[in-house]
Parts: sequence; structure tokens; C-alpha cells
Amino acid sequence: MTTRPDPRQGDPGAMTTGAEEPGAAHPGGPIARIRDAMTLRRYHAARWDEPVIFELSIPGSRGVLPPLADEVITAQAGDGLSAIPPALRRKALPALPELSQQTVLRHYLRLSQETLGADLNIDIGQGTCTMKYSPKINEIFARSAKIAELHPLQDESTVQGILEVMYRLDVALRDISGMDAFTLQPASGSQAIFAMAAIFRAWHRQLGEWPQRNELITTMFSHPSGAAAASVAGFKIITLMPDQDGYPDLDALRAAVSERTAGMFITNPEDTGIFNPRIAEFTRLVHEAGGLCGYDQANANGILGITRARDAGFDLCFFNLHKTFSTPHACGGPACGALGVTAELEPFMPAPVVSRDGERYFLDHDRPRSIGKIRTWYGVPEVHLRAYAWIASLGPDGLRQVAEAAVICNNYLYAGIRKIRGVKIYWPERGRLEQVRYSWEPLAEETGVTTDDVGRRMADFGVHYWTSHHPWVVPEPFTLEPTESYTKDELDEYIAIMQRVSDEAYANPELVKTAPHASVVHQHDHEPLDDPERWAMTWRAHVRKTEHAR
Amino acid sequence: MNVPRLDRTVHPYIPSSVPAVRAAMLLQIGVSDVEELYAVIPPELRLARPLNLPPAFRSEQELRRHVEGLLARNTSAADYLSFLGAGCYQHYVPAVCDEINGRSEFLTAYGGEPYEDHGRFQALFEYCSQMGELLAMDVVSVPTYDGAQATGTALRMAGRLTGRRTALVPRTMSAQRRSAVANYVDPVLDLVEVGYDPASGLLDLADLRSKLSSGVAAVLLENPNHLGVIEEGAAEIVSLAHAHGALAVAAVDPSSLGVLEAPGNYGVDIACGDLQTLGIHMYFGGGHGGFIASRDEPSIVGEYPSRLFGMTTTKVAGEYGFGDVMWERTSFHDREHGKEFVGTAAALWGITAGVYLALMGPLGMQELGTTWIQLGRYAAGRLSAVAGVRAPALTGTPLKEFVVDFSRTGRTVAEINTALLARGIFGGTDLSREFPELGQAALYCVTEVHSREDIDRLVSAVAEVVS
Repeated sequence: MTTRPDPRQGDPGAMTTGAEEPGAAHPGGPIARIRDAMTLRRYHAARWDEPVIFELSIPGSRGVLPPLADEVITAQAGDGLSAIPPALRRKALPALPELSQQTVLRHYLRLSQETLGADLNIDIGQGTCTMKYSPKINEIFARSAKIAELHPLQDESTVQGILEVMYRLDVALRDISGMDAFTLQPASGSQAIFAMAAIFRAWHRQLGEWPQRNELITTMFSHPSGAAAASVAGFKIITLMPDQDGYPDLDALRAAVSERTAGMFITNPEDTGIFNPRIAEFTRLVHEAGGLCGYDQANANGILGITRARDAGFDLCFFNLHKTFSTPHACGGPACGALGVTAELEPFMPAPVVSRDGERYFLDHDRPRSIGKIRTWYGVPEVHLRAYAWIASLGPDGLRQVAEAAVICNNYLYAGIRKIRGVKIYWPERGRLEQVRYSWEPLAEETGVTTDDVGRRMADFGVHYWTSHHPWVVPEPFTLEPTESYTKDELDEYIAIMQRVSDEAYANPELVKTAPHASVVHQHDHEPLDDPERWAMTWRAHVRKTEHAR
Repeated sequence: MNVPRLDRTVHPYIPSSVPAVRAAMLLQIGVSDVEELYAVIPPELRLARPLNLPPAFRSEQELRRHVEGLLARNTSAADYLSFLGAGCYQHYVPAVCDEINGRSEFLTAYGGEPYEDHGRFQALFEYCSQMGELLAMDVVSVPTYDGAQATGTALRMAGRLTGRRTALVPRTMSAQRRSAVANYVDPVLDLVEVGYDPASGLLDLADLRSKLSSGVAAVLLENPNHLGVIEEGAAEIVSLAHAHGALAVAAVDPSSLGVLEAPGNYGVDIACGDLQTLGIHMYFGGGHGGFIASRDEPSIVGEYPSRLFGMTTTKVAGEYGFGDVMWERTSFHDREHGKEFVGTAAALWGITAGVYLALMGPLGMQELGTTWIQLGRYAAGRLSAVAGVRAPALTGTPLKEFVVDFSRTGRTVAEINTALLARGIFGGTDLSREFPELGQAALYCVTEVHSREDIDRLVSAVAEVVS
């Protein structure tokens, strides 16, 4: 193991994290402290200073032992290894770490403690991501051997339960969106966007208009993948900027549509939280030009049971089950972008499709006009199962309560955040639904503290904070989305933390600029990550480069 | 507008469904009803009826009865004896793998920064690092969706690196992988199939030579290939590709690399594949994640669409930091001008695969592959003793899957599998539609999950069924 300094020596983390005396508890006890905006939680992240797993290796150690063939088999089958053609037989064993079982467990438990999951924090700072509660009962379902040990090629008679779940989920999503059919195959929102683009392409191809008709219109406040995945599928991207009212620019759309328009991908409400009331006009204009309209409903949390994609004129839409429908984000997947289409586009859906024939569910592979496969097999069924269970636990009224609560919580938070010094609201006269894109523009101008600085400092109080997707049309942005899952007290606590960071920025900007102080690690040196001489995406590269440097 | 009346039972997942809390929040916002907040939506776009969904299960207990009732209608590979593989594999999943991927912190984290999510970054870096050892490659991506998409991206990377637009792919590639790849590369690459030798199952090198040209961006080889055969001419395939200025792309099963040579050691430029075999359950096909790996050359690194996590230093001497390498390549940074696109994919499976490899270690991976070969040879030998059954039906060396030819039994694979199912066995994957030239052939998968008794039971059942 390399020698590393004791992190407690000269550790900036020993600095106070705020105005309170380090170590001082609230005289009224923890809950009084939470409700008293003047004092905050005495948070410090787990800081295990954990080595990289290769450094823990003790040669000869074993973590698990695989079964070995018995004598009867060995007598008949030989030693196995010598059956491999010499050219392909591994010469030197892979230099994996060698560890006892509890060493592995402890190492990864420590790394888990150095990760701030939504289960642990007021996770409203990752706007657009809908970090809501993922109910534990749904984990029990997803981890059942009745799904975990299903092979995708089993006879259909043995998978009727999961096929019924997928079918029921499809039917539920149809009513929620107004669409005629859903495929659950795309394994994320971006992959659903790619599938939409592939359907657009197939549609125009069958009309003999591809690739002449290859322009895809999107908006700057739609997800970057809308533009990127469509580009991968072969489209030329036209991006509409917001107008002075914060809406996608309708005049720009009028100017953009033409006989080259293949279609439009748009989010609504956009990442600003502003609902575009002229959305039906947008879809009408694109349709008149001969294009299709795809609705990015990755986040539909504020409008479940309120307004539907089909009713605004969309031909396709998708929901991220790992956002609106509560399945856990899993550090970034596995996930699902459930994609709905109108009957006209149904033949193009990725194959196979889960169908029902009387009481029997089956996978329909006979789809001659299908775009083919988007993801292997049928998507991520353990995610489908969780989303189905979530819908079943809420029902029609519960889903609407979710939407209303998401909007109420957001507007409650908005009322608090907008009062914080240094925060600016773009388009303040526009109402917001489930999230708000805020700006620290005044803070940056007045103190030099940027949104990135604020983000690092927020980590010192045990909460996430995300700036926003690039480019930053709203300067120094941050996006908060409270969902329906957090209590009023928790929203108050987040507001109080943000108020504290603003106060610090005005009183002692260096404290914020040098953050984090109480998180798992300290501020990074960014340069090595962009320097081919120093970057290391694997331990072996790190060892090679550091030894070379020595 | 006319708003449907709601059942406003306080819901355990919605803290503000408590009437007094909701009222207090509305008061603070300055509205008397949530409808005032929804006034931004034109009335004609509003849904004027309740959603047409089944009513909620009031309690978790009732929900559980319902969902477990549905799941009970499944019969899993834990209930029956399964020999299915063909891209999704039943391997033993060590308990620690499920313990770690079930941890709240990993399960419910998402896109946090390297400070508060340091553990997530380190765990994925360690996954990449261990994959790097298996593959003998210095750069490994954070997980992508699955092997099919990873293959599509690897080929597109080769297209960008060479400026060419043909990719040679094996005829033996599975239909679904081919379909997904074709979809993914549609505007930029033409896929041309390279045939195989139906006797050995190996890639037809003469056909490969005839199709190589200065227009070929990449030659894809699968090792083992979809028929389960170890592609023993891999080094020659790589040399042929390089001789024509094409890149060699290899789709490999990482779980094979305790016994099979690492692609980095036979000249492969870009490796890719599925990581489902590394400590992840099958989940009816939901256990997949993809990987992409290569040498550490800036030109290649610059073409990755996926996130790459690297090590860095921090303001505290000796402290490790982990962050994004060359972030500006990605679509997160540059929308359609980034490399392809990036987003949520299969990170939790990457962490799980890292745990698995750390548990297995070098010797575990070697023992694993050794056991497959021995069990597979035993199974094939015993099956071949059944009249009319030939296994392995190909002369190429199998690893954990082998082709069984039932043509001379006079029964179709479909008939045999139906009869095996009645005996509690999922027979091997029917190849007769995708590979009619192999006759009534099935792809049998034998791994460490099988005991000698399991194999004997299969053989007895097959003997009974074909007699």
C-alpha cells in the first residue's frame, strides 16, 4: 500500500462548516434544530479515506470459491484448461485483487457510505431527475427469484406473470398519456429518444422521404439527449431558443418548419418548469409541415392525470420509469424509458411487443415493419415490475395526488428560495409546475461565488445540488425539483441550507469557494482529468503513469 | 375548470397529503387551491376525467398479495433445470453482490458530484480497473446499456477513427444483436456479414479476406461466438483487419477471461460486450450492461461517448479524487456536437460486476472457466451417447455453450423442448430458425450452476424424449 498522509493533519475539513460552534447541539434537541432555520445539522460525510481495491490485495486470499468438477467428471472430461486452443489459452492470470470476503464487503460498504443516495438526503437538488421515494416493498418484488432467475428465452407458459405485469403497465401508461401502445424496451430516456428518432426515420423512409426530410427540431430547454440521440440516428438538429417570455420561440418554429422537417422533440414543462401553453400550436405546425411530434416526458411528475401527450397533438411520448414512476436511479441505471405511440406508428415499435390473446400473454415477434431492436431482449423487466407496483399502490387518485403534491411542493420551495439573496428568477411572471431553474447571477456578480462553488458547499450540509445541463442559457443556474416525497420540514431545511450558503458567500466567499470541507473528499485538481499524460481511467493506467513519472 | 373529485386519503408516499400540511403550504404560496397553479395549462388540454386505472391497493399488504400472486405465475430457472444461454446466462451470484447492489446509498444515488458521491465514482472506477485487468486494456468505459449497444458504439468509434463506412460482422452474430447494431449504426455504417464454417462454427477466414478492403472501418469478432465456439484464429483476424487499415473490434464475454486470452493481448483495438455474466441475475433479460474498452490513446479516448471516470489528486496531498475524463466530449456538455449520446445506462450493474471480480479474484475466474469446460465436455459426451444426438455438433472448441444436433432423432428441437419442459427442464435454445443450415440444432449452456446430477438428469430426460 502506498503511504498516505494522515488526512486529519492540516485538514481543511477541520474548519468549521458554518456559523455554529463545531460540536454544539441545539439546546432544544434535534427536531427543534431542524425547525430552527438558524442552526443546521452538524453534518459530516463519511470519510473513510478508502484505498483503491487493488491496494488491499493480499496474494492468496479468496473472496468466494467456485464449485470444482468432481472426480467422475474430471475422469471423463479431463482438466478442462488443456482443451482450450493454445493460442487462446490465457497465459497469465488477470491481475485482479485477491481479497478475503469480508474485506470486499467492508470496502464496498465504505464506498456506499461515501455515496449520498436519495434514501439519505433531501434529494431535491438534482432537478429534472425526479428524485422521489422508491418504495422498499418494490425492491422485495424486484429481487424475488420469480423475476431475478427468469431467462428471457423461457417458454412463454412459464413467464405469464411477468408478461402480465408488462402488459398491465403498458395499458396503464396508455391512459396516462392518451397513446395507443407502449414499448418498455428502451432502457433509459436517452434510449427512448433514440427509439423515437428511429421511428421517425422509418416513417419517413416508408413514405420515400428519407433522408431528404431529415431535420429534427428541438428546444434548448429540452434534454441534451433529444438533440444528441437524434443526431446519432442521422438527423440534422435545429434548436429553438426561448423567447423573451421564457417559452420556446413560436416564430422561430414557424421559420424552421419546411419540407425538410422530419419532426420535433420537445419537453413540456421544459427544464425551467414553465409549461408552454401553445404546445398544441407547436404540434400543429410540425404536422402541417409533414413532421412527427415526440414528447420527452422523462419527467411528467407534475402533470399525471392533469394533461396528456395525445391531447396536445403528440404522436409519441416517453416516460422515464426511474423518474416519474419511482424506480430507483441505481447510480444511473438500469432504467426504462417507456415509449408510447399512436396506432398509426405502432407497426414501427421495437420488436417484440407484449400482447394478449384471451387469457394468454405472449411476445409478438412478427412485426415486419418494426424498427427492430433498441435494447437486448425486452428492456429491463425488474424496473417494469417496480413501476407497475408503484402505480398499483397509488391508483388514479393517488397519481393525481402525486402531481398536485409535486406542484405544491415546488411552489412552496420556490416561495422560499426566491427570497434568498443572490438568487435571480428568469421570467418571474411565468408560473412554474414541478421544478424551477434558478440563477445565482447576482451572487456571482456580487461575491464571485459561482453556482459550481455553491454546489460543492451544499455537499458540506449533506445534500445534493446540481447546476444544469450545458449550455447555461440561464446564467449560473441550478435546478430544484422537490417531487412529492419530502416533508414541508425537509423543504424548509433545504431552504435554510441554501440561505446559509448565500450568507456565507456574502460574508466569507473563500469559505464557499474552497468547499467542500465536510464532504468525503476535498476539492479536486481538474487538470489531470484532461491531460493524456496523467489521466487514468483504470488502476493499471494509474500505476503505469505514476511509475513513469517517478 | 371542472376538476374530478379525488379520494384524498393520506398516502404514505406523499407527506403533504396530510390536509393541514397541504393547506399550510398553499397558504404560504399564496393560493387557495392547487388549481390556481395549474392555470398555466390551457383548459382544452386538461384531462376532464379521472384516469381510467384500477383503484389503488390501500395497504402495502394488499399490494404484496397482488404482486406476489402475479409473480407466482412465473416458473424460474431456480424452479426448473435450465440450459438456456444465447446471450443471457445463469451464473451463481455471490451473496455479497446482492448485498452491495441493494444498499440504499448505491441503489438510490444518481448523478451527484464527485464530492458527495465519491464512493459511486470510486466503485465504478474500480469496476473499470478490474475489467481493464481482464481485458488487458487501459481504458474502460462506465457501463453502457448492453453488449449490443456497446458493439454499435465500438463500430461507430471505428468509423470515426478511420473515416470509413463498412463494418464486417460475423454471420453467427445473434439476430437481436445484429438488429440493435444495425439500428444504431444506420446512418454511418453498412454492415457486411462474414460467413462461418458450418463444420467448426469458426469465422470463415477466406470470406473475411475477400470482403476486406480499404473501405472497411472495422472487423468485429465475437469470442466466444454466438454458437459458443472459441474463435481460435482471433489473432489472425486481427492481423487481417490491421493489414487493411481497419480496426479490430472484439465482443467478448468477460466471465471467460480467467481462461481465455485477453483481447488486449491479441491486438484488439476496441473490446466490448455484456457484463451480465459478472454477478448479475438474469432478470428476464434485465441484467445487462455494456462495456467498451481500448488502449489509452488520446485519439481513441476522444471518441468514447460514455463517461470515463479517472483518478485525480485533491487539495489534500495523498487524497484520491475521482472525476470525469474529457467531459467535453460528451453530449451532456455539447448536445448534438458531442460524441453520440450519454445518459442513464446500467451503472449499478457496473458496481456489482466490480464486487464480483473482487470476490472471484484471478484464481476464481480461472476455476470458473475450467469448471464450465469440464462440465460441458461431460454433458456433451453423455448426450452424444443418446441415439441420434450429436454433441458438440461443431468441431470448434466450446467454452460454456455448445451446439447439440438432434436432426437424426427425427424430432424437432421444438418438440424435444416441449417434452423436456413437461419434465421440469428448459432445454437449449432452438437454433433451427436462425441457423437452418445446422439442422435441428440447439445451443446448450452449461455453467457452474449445474451439478453432475443435473446433467445426468438432462441426459436421461433427453434419452426418454427422443426414444
